[in-house]
Amino acid sequence: MTHHRSDDIAPGDILLAVENVSLAFGGVKAITEVSFDIRKGEIRAIIGPNGAGKTSMLNVINGFYNPNEGRITFAGRTRPRMKPYEAASQGIARTFQNVALFKGMSTLDNIMAGRTLKMRRNFFWQALRHGPALDEEIEHRKFCEEIIDFLEIEHIRKTPVGKLPYGLQKRVELGRALAMEPTLLLLDEPMAGMNLEEKEDMSRFVIDVNNHYGTTIALIEHDIGVVMDLSDRIVVLEYGRKIADGTPAEVKSDQKVIDAYLGVAH
Amino acid sequence: MDILYKIFIDPFMQMGAAPDLLVQALWEGLVGGVLYALIALGFVLIFKASGVFNFAQGIMMVFAALTLVGLYEWMARHGVPAPAAIALVLTIGVMYVLAVSIEKFVLRPLVNQPDIILFMATFGLTFVLVGLGELIFGGEPKQMITEQLWLPKGSIDMKILGGLVSLQKIDIAAAVIASAMVAGLAVFFQSTRIGRALRAVADDHQAALSVGISLNQIWVIVWFTAGIVALATGIMWGARSDVSFALEIIALKALPVLILGGFTSIPGAIVGGLIIGVGEKLGEFYWGPLLGGGIESWLAYFIALAFLLFRPQGLFGEKIIERI
Repeated sequence: MTHHRSDDIAPGDILLAVENVSLAFGGVKAITEVSFDIRKGEIRAIIGPNGAGKTSMLNVINGFYNPNEGRITFAGRTRPRMKPYEAASQGIARTFQNVALFKGMSTLDNIMAGRTLKMRRNFFWQALRHGPALDEEIEHRKFCEEIIDFLEIEHIRKTPVGKLPYGLQKRVELGRALAMEPTLLLLDEPMAGMNLEEKEDMSRFVIDVNNHYGTTIALIEHDIGVVMDLSDRIVVLEYGRKIADGTPAEVKSDQKVIDAYLGVAH
Repeated sequence: MDILYKIFIDPFMQMGAAPDLLVQALWEGLVGGVLYALIALGFVLIFKASGVFNFAQGIMMVFAALTLVGLYEWMARHGVPAPAAIALVLTIGVMYVLAVSIEKFVLRPLVNQPDIILFMATFGLTFVLVGLGELIFGGEPKQMITEQLWLPKGSIDMKILGGLVSLQKIDIAAAVIASAMVAGLAVFFQSTRIGRALRAVADDHQAALSVGISLNQIWVIVWFTAGIVALATGIMWGARSDVSFALEIIALKALPVLILGGFTSIPGAIVGGLIIGVGEKLGEFYWGPLLGGGIESWLAYFIALAFLLFRPQGLFGEKIIERI
């Protein structure tokens, strides 16, 4: 169980450090020399106008993209190039802007898929559904049922997720990420396209996950009200550069942020 | 009225009049069906894991059989002991190398591309394998090494229902081997971590990656398994006719089987295969003469067409869910 090393880090210490990261697609610069850190146990928001490089930043953190320059240190380990499944095995889970679920599978199976890396028994035993493998399956199943209770989605346990309304799909996606027992949870616009009630539910879940499981959370969100309420600290990106970084109160009064959001007279 | 009588009454009268012939036709249909099911299985595996119809499955079958026979012939010529066993092991090794290469050179560069691109890539793969096969083993048809692989020969003749029914031993072996493979695969993919991972990969690449599933690993496993299925199919079909590139055409018979059974279902491939196999034989035998015979070659496609109209996801396929 090598991926539990991040438990050594005390709450409040730096869990993830992004240093001078730049990312370009051909001539298009998505991220330019961005540095910030995420402390263990906090809710960290990344905000910015459309095209600011927020999702690209998450993609760099969980290994979908490799930065052209800069370093990323997670749980005390600075990494070279990394693949998404390696990031996952080190304890980084995520959800996606446009829900990426296994649509043909049930809610339960989707969440069970999040346990993939936790399953250690030989597939031969699994196939026989026998002995230790069966115990293991039951144990994982139990864990997933807890998550299902936690997210209040018991009634859709067996429903293929493709049939679910959008708000519930987002919840299932959160459940799948939680099933990984992540150290760091990346949420890409968890409340996009939701009505007020759904947003409130989701906010509550985000706070509960943070309190209940002690999970460090980095989230991208456009609803500034929600962001200000939820987060401990906020990074603001614009055109791929960091323009502000601090507590909600600091960020709110930052002139550059106000200009970026409200536009500036020339 | 005469034509209706010939379609709806007469064939059944014939069945009743000569039950031994009916049994023989059913048996041959079932055996053919099992072999179709084996081919279809190869397609289903890859379709489940990547949502791609692998056009190269047929040529993989030919390639596997050619490799087996080619290696055997070479080793027999050079006096290697137990050439058949070694050839079998080596061929399995070749199928593994093939799976790894396909993953590395075809699938990996095309990750996250639309399905149609991957489909076209399997066309390319087909031509590469045809070329490779001809280059290494030549274009001459070869004889499958059935005896050397301990497959039985001859037939069992049974006197039942007042007639003689003859069962080829090789057909019985084919049925047993196919059933064992199918059962093994069904269990493997239903209830293992890899099985779940496989379904996850089929659904959404990005999401699968994010929960820690390695696409590369899954693809190698799936293509290797499909390669093993191709090898088994190649041996069985090769035993019935010669091993040649013409066998590739038979693989197309898997299409109606898949439409019937559903592209994503292993049990569906089996049932679909059996229905097509039996339907084909009975159709040819009892209804064929009405149309002057030869309906075996197109009846399967006709049945598939009817299915497409009424149940496009097949008998066992996952229900197609589209939100509008």
